Amino acid sequence: MLTTIYACLFYVATVVLVVGFANRIRQFATTPAPLKIPTMPAPTTKTGVAFRLFREVAFFESLFKANKWIWVFGWVFHMALAVVLIRHLRYFVQPVPEVLALVQPFGVLASFAMVAGLAGLWGRRFVVERIRYISRPSDHLMLALLMGIGLSGMMMKFVAHTDIVAVKAFFLGLMRFQIQPIPADPILLVHLTLVAVLMIVFPFSKLVHSAGVFFSPSRNQVDNSREVRHLAPWAAKLEADRAR
Amino acid sequence: MYIKNDPSEATQIDPLEMPALCPGAMEGSNPWVASPDHQASCGFPGELVDNWQEKAIEKMGELLTKYRSLKVYLDSCVKCGACTDKCHYFLGTGDPKNMPVARQDLLRKVYRRHFTLAGKWFPKLVGAEDLTKEVLDDWYSYFHQCSQCRRCSVFCPYGIDTAEISMAGREILDHIGKGQKYCNEIIGKVHTIGNNLGLNKNALRSTLEGLEEDIEDDIGVPVKLPLDKKGADILLVTPSADFFAEPHVDGLIGYAKVFHAAGANWTISSYASEAANFGMFIGSYENMREISLRIRQAALDLGVKRIVFGECGHAWRVAYSFLNTLAGPFDFLDPRYPVPQHICEYTWDLIQEGKLNFDKSKNDHIKLTFHDSCNVARATRMGDKPGGQFEIPRAILRTVCNYYYDMPEDTIKEATFCCGGGGGLLTDELMDLRKKGSSPRMKALQTVNQEHGVTHMAAICAICKTQFAKVMPNFGFERDSILSVHQLVSNAIILEAPQDDE
Ligand code: HEM
Ligand code: HEM
Repeated sequence: MLTTIYACLFYVATVVLVVGFANRIRQFATTPAPLKIPTMPAPTTKTGVAFRLFREVAFFESLFKANKWIWVFGWVFHMALAVVLIRHLRYFVQPVPEVLALVQPFGVLASFAMVAGLAGLWGRRFVVERIRYISRPSDHLMLALLMGIGLSGMMMKFVAHTDIVAVKAFFLGLMRFQIQPIPADPILLVHLTLVAVLMIVFPFSKLVHSAGVFFSPSRNQVDNSREVRHLAPWAAKLEADRAR
Repeated sequence: MYIKNDPSEATQIDPLEMPALCPGAMEGSNPWVASPDHQASCGFPGELVDNWQEKAIEKMGELLTKYRSLKVYLDSCVKCGACTDKCHYFLGTGDPKNMPVARQDLLRKVYRRHFTLAGKWFPKLVGAEDLTKEVLDDWYSYFHQCSQCRRCSVFCPYGIDTAEISMAGREILDHIGKGQKYCNEIIGKVHTIGNNLGLNKNALRSTLEGLEEDIEDDIGVPVKLPLDKKGADILLVTPSADFFAEPHVDGLIGYAKVFHAAGANWTISSYASEAANFGMFIGSYENMREISLRIRQAALDLGVKRIVFGECGHAWRVAYSFLNTLAGPFDFLDPRYPVPQHICEYTWDLIQEGKLNFDKSKNDHIKLTFHDSCNVARATRMGDKPGGQFEIPRAILRTVCNYYYDMPEDTIKEATFCCGGGGGLLTDELMDLRKKGSSPRMKALQTVNQEHGVTHMAAICAICKTQFAKVMPNFGFERDSILSVHQLVSNAIILEAPQDDE
C-alpha cells in the first residue's frame, strides 16, 4: 500500500516536473524578443554572451555586484545544492561511476552548507525590513520546503540511518517499471514526500528562475544592433502590413 | 558657484544612504492624465473605457506573447532583494513601492492572478490580486515613478529590467484610455510637426540663423547651421531642446563648430527635427516605429550618407539599439560608418585623427565631472568596444579640460544614477518626485565638490540637462552648473578665422 502510494506519487511528480518545465522553457524560447535590450556594457559576440551567462550561473556575478550578503548565502546554498544533487545520483544509477564516488565525501559538508545558506536567506526575510516587505507566504514556504528536505536528509545521514540499499532498489525499480517495496522509515518518507512536492511545484513557481536566467534578453543578447538588423516575426508582419 | 572644498565633510555624504521605509509616501504622485485629443493622436482610446479590467487583461495577454522580456521577468523573480536599494526614487523617497521588485509586483500580482495556476488557485499564498481600481491607481502612480533607467537590471541576478515592466504597464494604461499627458501630447506633436516642441520649419530656420549670427559675433567665424540642405553628407538628428534651452543650445553650437572645423557638409532636417523618441517611454512599438521612420524618410529625402545623433540619452538608446530594427535597413547610407553615430563618436574620431585643435585653458575656470546618462550607459554603446559609452565622452572632456574628476565609482558608469527626470517624467507636476529622485546623483556631486572643488557637471542628455538645471539649486549649486559636453568642446575649440583683406 505504502509502496503503491509512493510509486504513484513519484510517477506523477516526475511527469509534472518534466512536462511542466519543458512547457515553461518552450514558452520562454518561442516568445520573441522584438528589441535589442542587453544590459550594457554587453558582449559583442556570441561567445562573449555564453561567457557572460556562465559567469551569472556559476558565480552569480550580478548578485555579487548587488549585495554581498545575499550573494554569500545564495551562492553557498546553490553550490551546495548542486553537490547534494550530484551525490544523489547514486540512487539512480547502477553501477555507480567512479566520479560520483569521488564526490561522496564532499556531500557531508554540502548538506551543512546548503542548510546554512538557506537559513541565511530565510533570516534576511525576517531581519531586513525591505525584504520582509516584498516576501509573500510562498517565499517562506519555498525556503521551508527546501529546509525540510535538507534537514530530513541530514537526519538520515547523521542521526537515524535508513536502508539505503532498499531505497535504491525502490527507485531503480520505478525506473524499470518493476515496483520494489519502499522502506517504511518515517524520516525517509518525509524526505521523499517533500521532494515530490518540490518537483510538483517547481514548474509553477519562482523556481523557473533556473530557466529564466538563460532566456533573459538583458543577459543573453549580443550587442550588435548597428551591424545586424534584429526583427521579430510579429514586427516583420507589422512592417509588411503598413507597407501595403 | 558652490565651492566648498572641504574633504573632511565629503566623507559624511553618502549617495547610497538608505532611507527608512515610508509606505505610501508617494502614492499621491501622479502626472496629468492625457486628454482625449492627446490619446487619439497616438491611436489610443480617449478616456477610461467601460470594460477596462477586461481590456487590460487582454492587452497584458497580448504583450506576454509579444515580449519575451515581460514573460521571463514576471515569471523569474525570486524576491531575493538584490534590487531593493538600487532605485534612485526609492533612495530619494523611501516609499517601498519604489523598490524595483515592489514596482514589478504591482503588475506581477495581476499577472499571477490571471495567467498562472498558482495565482488562480492560491492567490493569497503567492500574492496574486485582481485588477481593482486601487491597483489601477497604483499602476498609474508608480509606473510613472520609474524613469526606465535600468539601474536595477544591472544588479538583478537574472537581469530583470523594471523598465520593461513599466513600459508594459504604460502600454496597458494607454490602451484602456488612461495615458499620461506629457508623453502622449509630445508624441502627437512629433507625428504632426516633427519635434517635441512643435517648432515648425520657419521657426526652426530663424532659430538656426539667429545662432549663426551669435556665433559669428562671438568668435568672428561664419559657422553655419544648415537646414534641409539636399545633398549634404551628414544628417544631424538632435533633441529639439538643443534649439533653444540652456545649456543644450551651447552643445548644438559645439557640434556646429566641430562640423565646421572638419569641413563637413552637414544638415539638420525640419521633418525629423527630433532625436528623442517618447514612443519608448510608453512602451509603444508602433509609435516608436513611426517616429523613427521620419528619420529614415529625412535621410532618403535629403540624400545624406551618414546619420549622426546629438546629445540625448533616451534618443541614443532608440538610435543605437532600435533604429536598425524599427526603420532599417540603412543600406542606402555609406557602409563605412556605423548607422547611426553619436556626435561624441564623431568628435572623438576627429580628435584622434588630429583634425581638431583646442585651447584647453579656455575651460580653466571649470572643475568638471561627468554624469553618465542612464540610457547611454546601460542601453547603448559608443565606439567599437563595450564600455566606449563611458570612455569616449570622458576622453573628449579630458582633451578639452584641464580639471576633470570622476564621482564615486558606485554612482557612475554602469552603476550611474538617473538624473531623476528621465523616462517621461520631466513634467512640472512631478517636481517633488524629480527633486527626490535626483538626490543620489546630487549627493555624489557634492562629494566631489567637497573633495576636489568640482564646480560643474557635464552631461550628454537633453533630459538630464533640463532636469539638473531645475533641481540643482535645491542642492546648493547654481542652475548653470550643468553643461553640455559639446559646450566644453565649443569653449576650447580653435577655429581659423577667414582671411580678411581689410
Ligand atoms: C541554473 C540554475 C540556477 C541558478 C543560476 C540560480 C540562481 C539563483 C539566484 C541568483 C538566486 C538569488 C539569490 C538567492 O536568493 O540565492 C536564486 C534564488 C533561489 N533559488 Fe536558484 N538558481 C538555480 C537553480 C535553482 C534550483 C534548482 C532550485 C531549487 C531546487 C533553486 C532554488 C532557489 C530558491 C528557493 C531561491 C530563493 C532564495 C530566497 O528565498 O532568498 N534554484 N537562484
Ligand atoms: C527522489 C529523490 C531523492 C531521494 C531518493 C533521496 C534520498 C535520500 C537519502 C536516502 C538520504 C540519506 C543519505 C545517507 O544516509 O547517506 C538523503 C540525504 C539527503 N538528501 Fe535526499 N533524496 C532525494 C532528493 C533530494 C533533493 C531534491 C534534495 C535537495 C533539494 C535532497 C537533499 C538531501 C540532503 C541535503 C541530504 C543529506 C546529505 C546527503 O546525504 O547528501 N534530497 N536523501
